[in-house]
Amino acid sequence: MLVDREISSVELTEAVLGQIDTVGEKTKAYLLVTRELARRQAKDADERLRANRDVRPLTGIPIALKDVLCVQDVVSTAGSKILKGFSPPYSATVVERLEAEGAVFLGKTNCDEFAMGSSNENSGYWPVHNPWALERVPGGSSGGSAAAVASGEAVAALGSDTGGSIRQPAALTGIVGFKPTYGRVSRYGLIAFASSLDQIGPMTRDVVDNAILLQAIAGHDPRDSTSSERPVPDYLSTLRNGVKGMRLGVPKEYFVAGMEPAVEQAIRDAIRLLEQQGASIEEVSLPHSDVALPAYYIIAPAEASSNLARYDGVRYGYQAEGAKNLIEEYMLTRQQGFGAEVKRRIMLGTYALSSGYYDAYYLQAQKVRTLIIEDFKHAFEKVDVLVGATSPTVAFGLGAKTQDPVAMYLNDIITIPANLGNVCGISVPCGLADGLPIGLQLIAPGFREEVALQVAYAFETATDFRKLQSPLMRAAA
Amino acid sequence: MAVATRYEVVVGLEVHAQVLTQSKMFCGCSTDYLTTPPNANTCPVCLGLPGSLPVINRRAVEATIRTALALNCEIPEFSKFDRKNYFYPDLPKGYQISQYDLPFSRHGHLEFDVKGEMRRCGITRVHLEEDTGKLVHEGAIDQAQASLVNFNRAGVPLMEIVSEPDLRSADEAREYVMRLRAILQYIGVNNGDMESGQLRCDANVSLRPVGATELGTKVEIKNMNSFRAIHRAIEYEIGRQTEVLEAGGRLVQETRGWNDTRGLTVSQRTKEFAEDYRYFPEPDLPPLEVSREWVAEIRSSLPELPAARRERFVTGYGLTPYDASLLTSSQPMAEFFEETVRLGTPAKAAANWMLGDFSRLLNAEHTEIEQASVKPTHLQQLIALVESGVISGKMAKQTFEAMYRAPDPGPALAALRGSTQISGDAELEGIVAQVIGENAKSVADFKAGKQQALKFLIGQGMKISKGRANPQRLEALLKEKIT
Repeated sequence: MLVDREISSVELTEAVLGQIDTVGEKTKAYLLVTRELARRQAKDADERLRANRDVRPLTGIPIALKDVLCVQDVVSTAGSKILKGFSPPYSATVVERLEAEGAVFLGKTNCDEFAMGSSNENSGYWPVHNPWALERVPGGSSGGSAAAVASGEAVAALGSDTGGSIRQPAALTGIVGFKPTYGRVSRYGLIAFASSLDQIGPMTRDVVDNAILLQAIAGHDPRDSTSSERPVPDYLSTLRNGVKGMRLGVPKEYFVAGMEPAVEQAIRDAIRLLEQQGASIEEVSLPHSDVALPAYYIIAPAEASSNLARYDGVRYGYQAEGAKNLIEEYMLTRQQGFGAEVKRRIMLGTYALSSGYYDAYYLQAQKVRTLIIEDFKHAFEKVDVLVGATSPTVAFGLGAKTQDPVAMYLNDIITIPANLGNVCGISVPCGLADGLPIGLQLIAPGFREEVALQVAYAFETATDFRKLQSPLMRAAA
Repeated sequence: MAVATRYEVVVGLEVHAQVLTQSKMFCGCSTDYLTTPPNANTCPVCLGLPGSLPVINRRAVEATIRTALALNCEIPEFSKFDRKNYFYPDLPKGYQISQYDLPFSRHGHLEFDVKGEMRRCGITRVHLEEDTGKLVHEGAIDQAQASLVNFNRAGVPLMEIVSEPDLRSADEAREYVMRLRAILQYIGVNNGDMESGQLRCDANVSLRPVGATELGTKVEIKNMNSFRAIHRAIEYEIGRQTEVLEAGGRLVQETRGWNDTRGLTVSQRTKEFAEDYRYFPEPDLPPLEVSREWVAEIRSSLPELPAARRERFVTGYGLTPYDASLLTSSQPMAEFFEETVRLGTPAKAAANWMLGDFSRLLNAEHTEIEQASVKPTHLQQLIALVESGVISGKMAKQTFEAMYRAPDPGPALAALRGSTQISGDAELEGIVAQVIGENAKSVADFKAGKQQALKFLIGQGMKISKGRANPQRLEALLKEKIT
């Protein structure tokens, strides 16, 4: 579109900024809109397009960044008050890569504080509203990125996924969200929640955009020792290969108790459709799926309790006033700076790592993680891709689960295994229930992102679901 | 020690040694934290900014393995880093990246000698971690209204060398650290500077009734910044613990700080307040595989270590084991000795000078031998004058001190040679007469035209004068008499 000069980057950027002006107060998707930066980058992109100089697929495309991503000299808070006003002196690797592509940065999107949550209600600033139904949550933790893409407030966005934080909000807002394999995308500059699980990924309106955005950010980074040195395949070249002859596995454990009938129906329909497209379907078992959630709620909080120790008010971010000594300074700063869910997880994690409890909790959870990795390994000996729901429910009402942390945790019950199992998972829209989007989750083996994209694309093109637009998006068109 | 009769002293040491690398442990910042302005050598990684990630400095790992090999340790094939969690303003991430249950090495030992007797102390482990920043308090620590943090040191690679509780006296503890320091310098991983904290030592001290096998309640002593402080602090602690036990009291497991000016240890914190460090594997760093090829490569690059050199000094130069130990206790010292001998000085004489007057002067001023203006060539010339009997030992001692104090010892040496030279014709004529009287044949040869004979006669004159005759004047006078 931009390359063909149908529209300039400045025009596109202004249109998106206009949509932010129109619906921003309704979705509350952004914590910060970087209008000046976006306009400057759009102008530069147009210059590059006009001169036909190093034009990349994302040159001139307006993109939103989840607030957990550091952008040099742009306030980056991870949705937390404890980092209020913090401008990092450096940019995340993914941000640098998008800058090199000539992308346009619209701003920082809202999220659950330090990416801890499934509804975006744990944001230290304000909740995000689902563009499909404003009284409902957009999912979380990348709820702002999801809402921005679903409402036309961004062409694409980056999110981060520790236990489902890209896929679940993508499902609940009717967009495509991809959690790549751990190690596929550099975490350098991603404000950490749980280091061994966090992964940055693309959130887009369709699968092609998703593949393009992933292509731009994937690959080894010498600044992240956990990033993989495996070469990155050309995701677009295999996208259209179809599913004919592919073996799809349906994990029986993924049809969990409490799954909404409309969701289950949509997933069964989607599976049938893929079968009609030429894939073979078989039921598989991931026997340890039921212990993934408890293991996750040991490992992730344990790592978080350590990762968040640096927010002590000494060097940057929020510092409480009136403390009489060092210990009080620490306590007041963290009491006032962190929200309830973050504190809950810091306490959970601290407890799990304490001497005398380490073996029973942290070590045990690591053993469970190994079993989950084995589960996936065995399943992928038989099938190419696993198919199931992304979320057992559609978007729920704001405030519906805030009083019950465990009910909230159960939202991620079928997204968490992919994080623990070192595999990749994508959520694509597969229908509506009472006007609310449903997401189909496709899980491929580690570093086989191209396979997940290939199935997702085949499904997307065999249906009309990608044409479904949120009311806010429709109003703009 | 009067107390050594009823109780056995048990000491184990934890030595922290900064690794001499150009860049920090997990980022590219310079390790020069002593001369740069505060917080100049920092970056998002060593400041622990949100989102930053560590990358291992391979050279620091290599230095740790090098150290472990020099201390006869086993090097496991797998190792990993762990997080040690605690809050302190000098610790930017709220955790220190260290090693817990899979360190780079374990099960080594160090041999050293105490007054010529060989001792062996087990090395539990050598592991690698990152150093912290440094706090600067405004005024005394207990009254300061503010403290400033300098993060230049944060992230500097730091090895922790943990000994078994095998040391039995303050003497042994001191000798152990001296030998360890020598090894670290020999293999080029640490500069051995204790005063600036680049080499630091903590001691775990406990007492138990003689013959007992169970360990007593241990007390950890920190803040000992010299060999002398290590010795004094342990001596003090042995005395203090003995008094408590003798009075029927019980010792508390605690950390005590050595106060060098007051000469005593002060309680810092007791075990009840001890931290639970909540160690767990560092998820930002993959586990390390230490290939056997790499270990072999590092092993083959190790230089001759103090123990081997000491052995060579005993067998090769005929030194006593005690002298050999002292001379090999620091690499520059050993190098100085070997160079002096290579220049033609008898080994025993070189050793005596170096361990006597030279060491006394160096110790008095806390100077290292490599900083002294006296070089091997100067010492060799001075000893040569004594050995040939030109000057007395007493004169040599005085001259040596003058040489040591001068920025350039050359003039003092030349002056000594000048002051002892016989240039007066009256005295020289007496020597010439003696030469002619005792060497009639050579005189005849010369008269017959043999120029060579004159050289011989001058030589005889020098011999009679014990080298003190002015050769030019001697030759002139000889020629005058026999032509």
